Amino acid sequence: MSIEQDRRGFLKCMTWAGSAMIWTVAGGIPRSHIIGQAQAAETGFSFAQVSDSHLGFDKPVNTNVTGTFQEALDHAVSQKPAFLIHTGDITHLSKPEEFDTAAQLLGATKLQTYTVPGEHDILEDDRKSYLNHYGKGKRGDGWYSFNAQGVHFIGLVNVVNLKGNGLGDLGHEQLEWLEKDVKNLTSSTPIVVFAHVPLWVVYQDWGWGTVDGGQALSYLKRFGSVTVLNGHIHQVMQKVEGHVAFHTARSTAFPQGVPGVAKGPGPMPVPAGELKNYLGTARISLVSAKSPLAIVDTPLAG
Amino acid sequence: MQRLICGGLLLVCLIVPATARSEGGAAVKIDNFTFSPVKLSIAKGTEVTWTNDDDIPHTIVLTGIGVRSKAIDTDKTFAYRFDKAGTFAYICGLHPQMHGQVVVK
Repeated sequence: MSIEQDRRGFLKCMTWAGSAMIWTVAGGIPRSHIIGQAQAAETGFSFAQVSDSHLGFDKPVNTNVTGTFQEALDHAVSQKPAFLIHTGDITHLSKPEEFDTAAQLLGATKLQTYTVPGEHDILEDDRKSYLNHYGKGKRGDGWYSFNAQGVHFIGLVNVVNLKGNGLGDLGHEQLEWLEKDVKNLTSSTPIVVFAHVPLWVVYQDWGWGTVDGGQALSYLKRFGSVTVLNGHIHQVMQKVEGHVAFHTARSTAFPQGVPGVAKGPGPMPVPAGELKNYLGTARISLVSAKSPLAIVDTPLAG
Repeated sequence: MQRLICGGLLLVCLIVPATARSEGGAAVKIDNFTFSPVKLSIAKGTEVTWTNDDDIPHTIVLTGIGVRSKAIDTDKTFAYRFDKAGTFAYICGLHPQMHGQVVVK
């Protein structure tokens, strides 16, 4: 069966089966499969991505964002990941009580959590609200890197000086740091970059992209496996360019409209009872050191 | 009592023309990531109030004069009084694709 047939089959089944989806990117070619959760759990080293929990949001589209975030975390924990990555917009309005709720829910998972800020996390204290909670051991506005299981992880901040039509921006200082950070790594080191706003331009009119994302990626060109994880747009989008796989995660709070279809990028109301089809988590597995990472997106309900 | 105040406000709105006078306020509505009116003409000394009708917070950043509001949540407002003449461009700090302009005469 060809890859294309697999994908078609998956799309057909997705409407009723609610199976998790795994993307295995080998040599720059994405393949999709339907997998059961048990199968996913056997894959070895993995970590989970949650995004856009918007704690404090209380509009009709989802009046219980704490509950849906909790559900997403429960699901993530059940997959036994090595750690969690939260790709920003942890809070909705950067309020102390919203950060407290986040600390409580994330702490209860007993998992190490790596975060980057979204633009909703830097609204208070002269844009230092995020750093007050998550700034320890980070550089600049909160960027950093770490190694786990032979994979080099890089958390970038692209929400502090949004540009022109709302595009993310990394800035000179951070780019300089990034260049140095990866300089001494061997090209066979798998790289995972995570940041809030997509590093690739998804939809310019809504500011869904990063102005200097291309420069950041130019420092990563020589690496055999690069996976870029983002949030911000509250829906799954993926693309592969060379050996770079781009992926955006669902929100755990509310969906946003599809570019070019919806009239604006705000919260998208969905029919009663269907919200959880639009929210979810991603689970990323290291398949082998050379051939890249598998990303499993799972809606909260399907 | 509240109804009386609302009625009073409504009356004021009916009397004051779209281009506000210095003694009254002027209003800008934020709806679907758009400022309305996108260009507002006012007299010196007028206070402009922005009201957010979106389900997502916005901010007002008057880039030329370094004024930056806090996040304006749904149905909340931000007000600023323009005491000097000039053309003041502003954006939403969270969605800088949103542009507006206040012309003070």
